[in-house]
Amino acid sequence: MHIRKLAVAAAVSVLAGMPMAAAAQTLTIGLGAEPSAIDPHYHNLTPNNATSAHLFSQLVEQDEKQRLVPGLAESWKPINDLTWEFKLRKGVKFHDGSDFNADDVLATVARAPNVPNSPSSFSIYLKGKTFKKVDDYTIQVSTEKPYPLMANDISTIHIISDKAEKATTEDFNSGKATAGTGPYKFVEWVPGDRLVMERNEGYWGKKPIWKKVVFKPIKSGPARVAALLAGDVDMIDDVPTVDIANLKKNAKLAVSQGVSNRVIYLAVDQFREDSPHITAKDGSKIRNPFLDVKVRRAVSKAINRELIISRVMEGVALPAGQLLPEGFFGVSPNLKPEKYDAKYAKKLLAEAGYPDGWKMKVHGPNDRYLNDAKILEAVAQMLSRIGIETSVETMTKSVFFKRASAGSPDKTPEFSFILVGWGSGTGEASSPLKSLLATYSKEKGMGPSNRGRFSNAEVDKLIDVALATVDDDKRAAALAKATDVALGDLQGIIPLHYQVNTWAAKKGLKYIARTDERTYAMGVVKQ
Amino acid sequence: MSAFIIRRLLQSVVVVAVMSLLVFVGVNVVGDPVHMLVSPEAPQEEIERIIRDFGLDRPLYEQYWLFVKNALQGDLGRSFVFGEPALKLIVQRMPATFELALVALMMAIVFGIPLGVYAGIFPNRVSSKAIMAGSIFGFSLPTFWVGLMMIMVFAVMLGWLPSTGRGDTVAILGLRVSFLTLDGLSHIFMPALNLALLKISLVIRLSRAGAREAMHQDYVKFARAKGLSEARVVLVHIMKNILIPVVTVLGLEFGSLIAFSVVTETVFAWPGMGKLLIEALHNLDRPLIVAYLMIIVLVFVIINLLVDILYSVLDPRVRIQDAGR
Repeated sequence: MHIRKLAVAAAVSVLAGMPMAAAAQTLTIGLGAEPSAIDPHYHNLTPNNATSAHLFSQLVEQDEKQRLVPGLAESWKPINDLTWEFKLRKGVKFHDGSDFNADDVLATVARAPNVPNSPSSFSIYLKGKTFKKVDDYTIQVSTEKPYPLMANDISTIHIISDKAEKATTEDFNSGKATAGTGPYKFVEWVPGDRLVMERNEGYWGKKPIWKKVVFKPIKSGPARVAALLAGDVDMIDDVPTVDIANLKKNAKLAVSQGVSNRVIYLAVDQFREDSPHITAKDGSKIRNPFLDVKVRRAVSKAINRELIISRVMEGVALPAGQLLPEGFFGVSPNLKPEKYDAKYAKKLLAEAGYPDGWKMKVHGPNDRYLNDAKILEAVAQMLSRIGIETSVETMTKSVFFKRASAGSPDKTPEFSFILVGWGSGTGEASSPLKSLLATYSKEKGMGPSNRGRFSNAEVDKLIDVALATVDDDKRAAALAKATDVALGDLQGIIPLHYQVNTWAAKKGLKYIARTDERTYAMGVVKQ
Repeated sequence: MSAFIIRRLLQSVVVVAVMSLLVFVGVNVVGDPVHMLVSPEAPQEEIERIIRDFGLDRPLYEQYWLFVKNALQGDLGRSFVFGEPALKLIVQRMPATFELALVALMMAIVFGIPLGVYAGIFPNRVSSKAIMAGSIFGFSLPTFWVGLMMIMVFAVMLGWLPSTGRGDTVAILGLRVSFLTLDGLSHIFMPALNLALLKISLVIRLSRAGAREAMHQDYVKFARAKGLSEARVVLVHIMKNILIPVVTVLGLEFGSLIAFSVVTETVFAWPGMGKLLIEALHNLDRPLIVAYLMIIVLVFVIINLLVDILYSVLDPRVRIQDAGR
């Protein structure tokens, strides 16, 4: 009896194991967002960049914490203030069998900034850089001014073969021109249905464990979770926060989480004496209170970040005290998340001359960040508690961002108080400093997303110094100092939390969470 | 007959022209696609380049004029997001949606008519009442919820059917269709049923009402008096008369099956036009939204025309009336 039971169990496990063994080589991933093209230079967007990373390589690559690691360049260094030299890897072959050398790099930098109809071009990373071939395996890049972020910028550009220099976006989408040097080869793309790749057996780096990968776009969150539960996909990304607790309890699944480079913050109007959505409680005009740093500090103090994280975010966020989480390049060691202290906040308001608060309407998107509208509602309640009578208006992102950036008749930001987020593409502190806290200037290309128009000469100077300092330690110090002044002293924006991203997979699989929120088949490992 | 068709065609042209104006203006005054598309790190200068490239710096009437001029040459614009012609993108996804809508329509006919006629002929049976009560659910439950419930039950709990996506396809006359493969059928069953649910209920109600009415008509009584078998009375005499309203409604509903498969396609990740539209709306991909709506307008106009013609074939009174005018 006992033996028979064993035999049955063995037979069952063999039967169950057979399809497993065949399927084990294939990985199916349910994606929340689909790339808009396979062309690696068409659209600078997270899903596109993630797809490109499978098919192509960069000279310099970013690891899961966005630290720079050698890619097709084995090493790089500044040879003088204005020139960087990249030594290229030898013996690398494209998927079509041709050799990789400096000509391919030149072809790539010629094509990447000039793709027709690109909705968000890579030209921003290549502008002002001159590429020169020294020999087949050495490239020199020169700039007019010292440029420390060279390797960061270069790490965004995917290298194509010189044969594909004149290829169109359609040629890449159909696979005709899609021969890269990445860990996976292109097999087929049916937009909206599937993207199939197979392992590049001749990959120059660490060979991935999955022979075939199928990406299935499943935009609806509940449907994505259901597909995982039903076993139709092996892993999903962008797990809806409401489902995380349940999935964690499920013994057949494994949940992977990691903090992202995205900070969710509040930006307040600091450039108008008379801010459009702020009035006294009786509706009469008052001077914009946010011009006073004490008021900005009071708002930060009045927000209970822990409560928002535990109740609204279901625990999947980390309280934020600056622009990037600990461990990133250029963060300040001095800034910790503000402790909740409503009493002190009220005291600050009284000191600033607003003991009774005022009336205000706050704005935010409702389909851009995790639980964005709910966070803003919670913030509004907390502000009401210290006497600021706050009402909330949220809207779809396509309407919100236009109004938030240039909604006023004179093309200035329309709102007085907004909730937004920022993900640092370069994975270091200059990206948010430059975009959010540098003085808004079209000519200099600074502060493009500085919607509160925070402006401080010392911060600007520190950012300028950092952006011209090639020495890593000195630059990190300058960035940290700029953050200290802009946030610690002046509270230019009010950080709330860093988003934590969640992936869920079948038991036995684990995803190495990436801070840049990308989903890589290379990051799915067996436990 | 031909005068009838020509008149209807002229009406259709006016409808399409008016709709193009409404759709274009409606879509183009909302929000700003550039801020959706561009990387947040892009400097102001890059944003201005995109605005110029997309022609958004021109006045609205000029944009509309350009759109009409190109549309008359068969070019409905280029998708902001995908960079490919909008028409091409939609046509690529069309077979999947048409297939889904056709299967749903078949389900509506196959389940709806027999159940409805049965409930109409035997109105007092408990089973008939159950059918009618069931049809109320079909009407009132939201598609989104029913779809998710179906996935939970049949895919997650029972594991009978796949939860998402489209199955293997085979090419027929250059079109890739999935309903001819076993894998394809297993994938299409749930979304098609989900989409068909409302239509099944509608057809049940229509055919029941039709059957109830026809039962008491003189020609049915006469057919019975002639001693015709019950089967012949139901299948020929009653059926023929209830088909007219059913055909009219189903024809129009086919249009709405195509146009509003959006929810079902999203829940089941079906790679059709509806899913494309939802994503286009999400990203404010204006050319794609406008092109989609224009195609849907055309589909409705054509279906209406066909229904009118079919109607006049089925019901001689329409023809006579028209000739008399």
